[in-house]
Amino acid sequence: MEIFGFSIWSIIGVIAFLVIAPFIGCILAGLDRKITAGMQGRVGPKLLQPWWDFRKLLAKEDATVNGAQDLYVWLYLIFIVLSGMVFFAGGNFLLCVFIQTLGALFFILAGYSSRSPYADLGAERETVQVMSYEPMVLLVAIGMFMATGSFYVADLLSAEMPLVRYLPLIFIGFLYVLTIKLRKSPFDISMAQHAHQEIVRGIVTEFSGRTLALVELSHWYETILFLGWTGMFVVWAGGWVAGVVAVVVALVIWFFEIWIDNNFARFKWETMLRSAWWVALVAGTVNIVYLLFI
Amino acid sequence: MSNVGKSPWIIHYDGSSCNGCDIEVLAALTPLYDAERFGVVNTGNPKHADIFVVTGGINDQNAPVVKQIYDQMLEPKVVVACGACACGGGVYQTCYNILGGVDTVIPVDAYVPGCAIKPESILDAVIAGVGILDEKAKAMKMNPADKDRSEKDASTGAHASVADVDDGTNADAE
Repeated sequence: MEIFGFSIWSIIGVIAFLVIAPFIGCILAGLDRKITAGMQGRVGPKLLQPWWDFRKLLAKEDATVNGAQDLYVWLYLIFIVLSGMVFFAGGNFLLCVFIQTLGALFFILAGYSSRSPYADLGAERETVQVMSYEPMVLLVAIGMFMATGSFYVADLLSAEMPLVRYLPLIFIGFLYVLTIKLRKSPFDISMAQHAHQEIVRGIVTEFSGRTLALVELSHWYETILFLGWTGMFVVWAGGWVAGVVAVVVALVIWFFEIWIDNNFARFKWETMLRSAWWVALVAGTVNIVYLLFI
Repeated sequence: MSNVGKSPWIIHYDGSSCNGCDIEVLAALTPLYDAERFGVVNTGNPKHADIFVVTGGINDQNAPVVKQIYDQMLEPKVVVACGACACGGGVYQTCYNILGGVDTVIPVDAYVPGCAIKPESILDAVIAGVGILDEKAKAMKMNPADKDRSEKDASTGAHASVADVDDGTNADAE
């Protein structure tokens, strides 16, 4: 069935992402804080604490450093949402990656526009983070095309085998940069979730009230998008079983990221850049050579 | 029901404290007392914080700093003076350089006695602060004009004091 040339499943995917993603993202963020507290022997906040934080930020007084900053943060949110819509509609993965990067660039501009030394430093570090993960993410797209002959996410749902069967090393490399993308320790360089680093909250230092709430909302959308990318590796033409497998794998990876977050000290940016590029080079090249020979 | 009190983010500033109270403030955030149960996050950033936890007395050197941190915080905000020194100068009250408690420079909403203050009292104070925070948020809702900082600055001249106390400490904020 088609509406205006789009399949009904694409439309359902887009609407589900728009409406449900922030709520799931919020609950996952709460789960993160709960599990982190558990790992540190604490009781921790309530599960819905990120939601209360969000509501609180909306209720605060408005004080924006300059008008450009708000515009950039809005563009960040819009492009992240757009990227997620392309992905969950089963659209072009490469396009999804590029739109997501554009969103990340607007976030960096928002950090720079506040002209605070802390936010400047955070924005510089965010730039390095983008540089670190981008090659690996592009290799995911290349590997995906070589394995399936298509950049379309929807085509994976009619594939005989899940993507991870063809791209085992690229999957591992992707998990490595996923930690950078989710800004989890040891790569919480541009902004830490809590003030456990020397530039406090880095790129968001000068954001407050509603602007900060928008950043939180974007991060929830981002989390779901990235977990979607993770789930993409394990779906095949298996109907609802494939869907369940994808969700379970995404949740296990989320838990794994929290575990990493709590068990590693922060890297220096050089270590992050060098290691991420080495992982991309080795995992990507070996996997692509393997694809050429099967 | 107000939502502000469910997420009290704090900023801690050490005035001229002997560090006794500061250690206790940190203790309140450790797993034993776990202030995050109440949603408390130690932000270290006045622009994100709702509750300003001050320890130690006020002297000429830190008065502009305390004032500036207070001015940078967004409404609704609450100030909690932690420990005898922050409440009224404590044992240093009669020293030549001490102006007195925190209330000599900014309005204080909750006074917490103790030398040094106990982590339990700090948690009590934060919870008391949450109540005041909720009241202030409710008052803000009644008067939506309070929400726009730029208008308020223009009409009443409030916050202009940030510029008055520019002694180099403002460099970071600008």
